[in-house]
Amino acid sequence: MTRTERRTRRAVQVTGAGFAALLALSACSSDDSGGTSAKPDASSSSASPELSGTVTVFAAASLKESFTSLGQEFEKAHPGTKVTFNFGGSDTLAASITGGAPADVFASASPKTMAIVTDAKDNATEPVTFARNQLEIATLPGNPDKVSSLEDLTKSGLKVVLCDKEVPCGAAAQKALEAGSLELTPVSYEQDVKAALTKVELKEADAAVVYKTDVHAAGDKVEGVEFPESADAVNDYPIALLKDAPNAEAAEAFIALVRSADGQKVLTAAGFLQP
Amino acid sequence: MTPPVKQAAADTLEGGPRRARVRVRVRTGIPLALLLPALLGLAFLLLPLVALLVRAPWHTLPEQLTGAEVWQALRLSLVCATAATAVSLVIGVPLAWLLARTDFPGRGLVRALVTLPLVLPPVVGGVALLLALGRNGVVGQWLDSWFGVTLPFTTAGVVVAETFVAMPFLVISVEGTLRAADPRYEEAATTLGASRFTAFRRVTLPLIAPGIAAGAVLAWARALGEFGATITFAGNFPGRTQTMPLAVYLALQSDPEAAIALSLVLLAVSIAVLAGLRDRWMTAS
Amino acid sequence: MTTLRKDTPVSPAPPVEGLDARLVVDRGAFRLDVALTAAPGDVVALLGPNGAGKTTALRALAGLVPLTGGHLRLDGTALERTPPEARPVGVVFQDYLLFPHLSALDNVAFGPRCHGASKAQARAVAAAWLDRMGLAAHTGAKPRRLSGGQAQRVALARALAVHPRLLLLDEPLAALDARTRLEVRAQLRRHLAEFEAVAVLVTHDPLDAMVLADRLVVVEEGRVVQEGGPADIARHPRTEYIAQLVGLNLYRGRADGHAVRLDTGPAITTTEILTGPVFVAFPPSAVTLHRDRPTGSSARNLWRCEVAGLETHGDQIRAALTGELPLAADLTTVAAAELDLHPGAAVWATVKAAQTHAYPA
Repeated sequence: MTRTERRTRRAVQVTGAGFAALLALSACSSDDSGGTSAKPDASSSSASPELSGTVTVFAAASLKESFTSLGQEFEKAHPGTKVTFNFGGSDTLAASITGGAPADVFASASPKTMAIVTDAKDNATEPVTFARNQLEIATLPGNPDKVSSLEDLTKSGLKVVLCDKEVPCGAAAQKALEAGSLELTPVSYEQDVKAALTKVELKEADAAVVYKTDVHAAGDKVEGVEFPESADAVNDYPIALLKDAPNAEAAEAFIALVRSADGQKVLTAAGFLQP
Repeated sequence: MTPPVKQAAADTLEGGPRRARVRVRVRTGIPLALLLPALLGLAFLLLPLVALLVRAPWHTLPEQLTGAEVWQALRLSLVCATAATAVSLVIGVPLAWLLARTDFPGRGLVRALVTLPLVLPPVVGGVALLLALGRNGVVGQWLDSWFGVTLPFTTAGVVVAETFVAMPFLVISVEGTLRAADPRYEEAATTLGASRFTAFRRVTLPLIAPGIAAGAVLAWARALGEFGATITFAGNFPGRTQTMPLAVYLALQSDPEAAIALSLVLLAVSIAVLAGLRDRWMTAS
Repeated sequence: MTTLRKDTPVSPAPPVEGLDARLVVDRGAFRLDVALTAAPGDVVALLGPNGAGKTTALRALAGLVPLTGGHLRLDGTALERTPPEARPVGVVFQDYLLFPHLSALDNVAFGPRCHGASKAQARAVAAAWLDRMGLAAHTGAKPRRLSGGQAQRVALARALAVHPRLLLLDEPLAALDARTRLEVRAQLRRHLAEFEAVAVLVTHDPLDAMVLADRLVVVEEGRVVQEGGPADIARHPRTEYIAQLVGLNLYRGRADGHAVRLDTGPAITTTEILTGPVFVAFPPSAVTLHRDRPTGSSARNLWRCEVAGLETHGDQIRAALTGELPLAADLTTVAAAELDLHPGAAVWATVKAAQTHAYPA
């Protein structure tokens, strides 16, 4: 019941607020073209009187820190709005979206998981890449095993954990290993990147291949080691507005914020690469 | 358990006892207020299983299940669940005895602590195990430096994680049976010259065997389905620590059909084992 | 905690055969303090109402309840601190507690096994005991297949198979129906008579106690109120409970020659000449009831009473009387009808002095 109500309300609002959404979109495209203007900010503030309600964002777990602060920024810029997040594994989120979960925005950690949503035609806008994430080796603090390359991880006696091949970070690690023609037998294929990182944080494993952002988020508990093969396994993070979005115009504005210079600053600070 | 009404009714009826029982059951009648929720409950439990069967990729099933990894994971699951049950029996039954038959200060607290893994999210249990028995854990660091034993990422680690999660089921079940059992049999045994341990071994243990068996089945089933603590403590490596639930979860990430196929195998095996055991006990008791 | 008597010298002394015990068990509001002595071959019955502490005393003897005081010596050996499994004691429990998962043979063989016999030896011993109990045909039966009487005998065989120096029986006949009881009582009497060491049995049934035991120890509220031979106790009850058990009217008073002035007021004339505190007892059959005050009766003991209740007692009617002297009187059905007895009826009761019995309190 509430959902249909909301939908009718949305239909009314869309006609009224369509202009704001267009503005936001145009701001994004200008940003895409390389401009670093503060326009999105201006556009969102100009649209602020018309934005209200809750924006529900399904986002990959690795986006937790950066998106949470972007959400606060958004709520500040648009009083009366609220951004609620559902952070989780991209594949799980994709499955719940195709299963009918009410969400406005999907920010995924890989094009492959985004494809699950687009294949089901649950997206309203074409996915665009808003960030990229690169792999890094997480070692124990102080790097006691002197790991300096991906090849060092193949040394015997070193306990290395990788993500499982079925999850994005595992697939990326596999790509990087193939790029370096390396063979690595880990002690475990972890179910997600956080689990892999936890094993190093708890000193159960000596090293893990994880994302730069995860190393960043872990602070002093691990030490990051960059490696050249990671360039061959960069992960694109696509974002899209969803078809059944209950609050599409505010959602569009949030996407615009993510892709704005401000948004990129937050993401870069978290360790993401710019698209 | 056998109300006199039943007997009386059975007496007045002609024909075999089976027929009599059916008639009695009809006559007694089940209150609708109980029957409806009961049927709803049954449907609720069975529906997901039925859905699994309905949506199972039957045509691709043979190829899904030909992979060596499937059988490796299944074998590991069965071995680890059985080992965890065995460990639970060896240390859980004495623990249950202690809780049921002795009185020491703080026994209520200990009992509550024993049941804690029941309410603890298994993943938290796994982390707690890492902190305790991990390479860098409170006890684990000594295991490592003294014996060179590290449990995480090993099959033994899987057994440890499954035991941690499954043993409370056994302890609670056995303790309940012990409390219901007459402690005077143990007294009778001691007056015949049996030490308390002999009395336990030769009298109490056989008396509570059905309860132990029921507890062991519960623990085994719980261990077989264990996921959170296992993947957190023991990790996930095919053939070493990747049990069926882990394989199912990871298959679900990319290939739901494969996950369903694996689930069906797990389901079939556990139903077969549980049904087989149940039959044996039913005839024994 | 345990107060040990220091009168036993540490140096080797001739062992005192049999049982010498003072059992003190404090359990909150309840305190058991019972002294028991018995020579080998004695059968002692602990008799008392429910809750008197009989079973606690038995459990204390077996070591299942720790003593909080007193002492326990068996054939000269102190056992207060000995755990139950190390005591030379055999117990027949009230509901026998035969191990349900073991056959009759293995139940009996359990004790010898625990005492170090090999499986074959233990079974041979057990088979001999069961044979002696007339149960040779039931060695393979599980307890639930045995009748009450058979189970009782298996329990007895099980307790005897460890050659106890003290055999304890807790209400050995209580679980049996009346018919079986008669038969089993006779058998048990024979087995107890053959038993060479001390046997202590607990019962609330005076008949069991008198048939089976050489000596009765009456326990009420945790203490011994009277002990002696069955005949002595039956003739000289010292408490209301025992008097009721043995079916006597019992009064306490002060004697001065033939007359006993009761504590409650009236006097009873007896044949004995005593002075000081005494008990007076007479059986209900010694009481004669009259509708009118008997005239010219030689009976000195004449009381005005009122019928409080009537009940059949065997082939007789037992009348409970209140009034000057509360008493029980037995009379035939015919006499009851002639007297037109009914609750509330006023009667005169007489007792001949020759039928009373007074003894020092």
